[in-house]
Amino acid sequence: MSQRIIQRFESLTSRGQKALVTFVMAGDPDLSASTEILSALPSSGADIIEIGMPFTDPMADGPAIQSAGLRALAHGTGLTEVLSLVQQFRRHNQDTPIILMGYFNPILAYNPQKFVQDAASAGADGLIIVDLPPEESNEIAPHARAAGLDMIRLITPTTDSARLPHILTGASGFLYYVSIAGVTGSKSADVNAVADHIARIKTQTRLPVVAGFGIKTPADVSAFSRIADGVVVGSAIVQYIEQHQKETNLAQRVSAHVSALKSAMSA
Amino acid sequence: MFKKQNLSPPANSLRQGPDENGHFGLYGGRYVAETLMPLILSVEQAWKQAKHDPAFWEEFHKLAADYIGRPSPLYFAQATTKHLGGAKIYFKRDELNHTGAHKINHCLGQILVARRMGKTRIIAETGAGQHGVATATVCALFDMPCTVFMGAEDVERQKPNVFRMKLLGAEVVPVTSGSATLKDAMNEALRHWVTHVHDTYYLIGTVAGPHPYPEMVRDFQSVIGTELRDQMQQKEGRLPDTLVACIGGGSNAMGLFHPFLDDPSVQMCGVEAGGHGVTTDKHAASLTGGTPGVLHGMKSYFLQNKDGQITEAHSISAGLDYPGIGPEHAFLHDTGRIQYVSVTDDEALAAFQMMAKLEGIIPALEPAHAFAHVMKLAPTLPPDHLLVMNLCGRGDKDIFTVADKLGMKI
Repeated sequence: MSQRIIQRFESLTSRGQKALVTFVMAGDPDLSASTEILSALPSSGADIIEIGMPFTDPMADGPAIQSAGLRALAHGTGLTEVLSLVQQFRRHNQDTPIILMGYFNPILAYNPQKFVQDAASAGADGLIIVDLPPEESNEIAPHARAAGLDMIRLITPTTDSARLPHILTGASGFLYYVSIAGVTGSKSADVNAVADHIARIKTQTRLPVVAGFGIKTPADVSAFSRIADGVVVGSAIVQYIEQHQKETNLAQRVSAHVSALKSAMSA
Repeated sequence: MFKKQNLSPPANSLRQGPDENGHFGLYGGRYVAETLMPLILSVEQAWKQAKHDPAFWEEFHKLAADYIGRPSPLYFAQATTKHLGGAKIYFKRDELNHTGAHKINHCLGQILVARRMGKTRIIAETGAGQHGVATATVCALFDMPCTVFMGAEDVERQKPNVFRMKLLGAEVVPVTSGSATLKDAMNEALRHWVTHVHDTYYLIGTVAGPHPYPEMVRDFQSVIGTELRDQMQQKEGRLPDTLVACIGGGSNAMGLFHPFLDDPSVQMCGVEAGGHGVTTDKHAASLTGGTPGVLHGMKSYFLQNKDGQITEAHSISAGLDYPGIGPEHAFLHDTGRIQYVSVTDDEALAAFQMMAKLEGIIPALEPAHAFAHVMKLAPTLPPDHLLVMNLCGRGDKDIFTVADKLGMKI
């Protein structure tokens, strides 16, 4: 279990705040820009950072994150580079939890046991492996637990009451509620429907529940942070990076963008 | 005249797989996003019920006979046998099926499952367009809307099939992401499915994807091998000695091989697309030139770099141009039960022309790969050796590609 994740939610709760979870793709638009963007995120209001691990065939992602992954791969961002980004980030930040998010094949090629050990020593706190449902997770989950990494489980609008307990068994850190049946970057979800789902989940677990997928604007952030313990903004930030990748002050611009999202939250 | 497939193999059989979680040894499984899991489980539930329902198989076999034209003939290829001067060569003529390939077998089966599930629209991916045409065909038959995802590059090189799909009422969506071929079409179909989980059935075109697809498609395609058993018994009074089939995802090969897995005297050979050669970076031979990995919902062999990034496949044949292979093939490869070889683009092209001249049959470029291997293998075997090749598709769709390669204008 990651102490950073527990402490982060405890401290937010004690201040009556919700978590802003920001997703950026490792190595997008390149490794040095990515390092700068990551280090600027906590002071701009990111409470938890998800770092995408690029993959050629991201079947759950929409066009924004697909192209971010391809940009990163074009600069040779492999898992070794992803872990070195985490390591650099940890040199000056000890409190902000880092979740690595991606697909199973690159991890399988790296060796799952070695990967979770290296990820933990680099300073990561949790893993989201999009194409690894609980049924297939035995190849990595026990090693992740042993290394102190949380396996962050996804719950979706299609998760019925028969399946929910199965997902909750072995879940740790927090739960990620996928607000829409769709890929990342889709159109926004209906906040009332999501509120009902999250309320249902909350009756069966004490873990924090964050909502993600299709949350883009400060208005979305404001609405969804009322009904969840946190919100994830991914494609909107990634798209912002794509639009401004050529500009010299990219990290500052991204910071300003993230600050605007965070202010919507506390409003 | 039409025997039902034996779907309950004995203990210790190679035909037992997959296990309850869809694994064939180390391979297979259900590596999908959580949003799709409940849907995959409901497909599995519907398939399990259908599989044990005689009424389901009655409907399947009736349409297989009257609509597809099954059983497909087992043809003694006398001229080829004489020309190659070795084994006695037979073709299993699945290119004579309605729509011109074996793909219609699993399309018919799956649309019957989709109807039982109450799904109202069908999506599919296609490479050469054969599976897309077969899917569009059964959708027209059952009056269901159909959307086919096809790599933009394939849309370009398989124009006749694109037109056929449109005539049949299907919407063809060109996919430009990634390498714009079959694997990307499958990614896009999965993305679309995740967004339309409630009313849509994904009709997968080969023995790949998450459980239960590899098993389900195999069981529908096993009609090929089951027919062959009877036909060979009638013609020769015994089992065949060697079976040869081409492999992209592996559906026609699995359908031919599976009913014979427990007959140790029957040798089997799967022929992968060697492109420019398996030692180059332009081929589609996942078993010969790939490594185990996870993609498209399954663990199997894939073409990938050392970082686990999927690399692009290449083949002259759009239907074999896929960087993976069905998980049961991966399992049978590791056990050594089936031998897997590869032939190059050039060998397939020569075989394509050879069959047209020798037999008056223009094969698809996919079985031309199988035939190229038959041309190597047959002369090394005695005349009483019964060699069966699955002629899984006809070549009308490929004449433009072939003419182009031969420097001819149509």
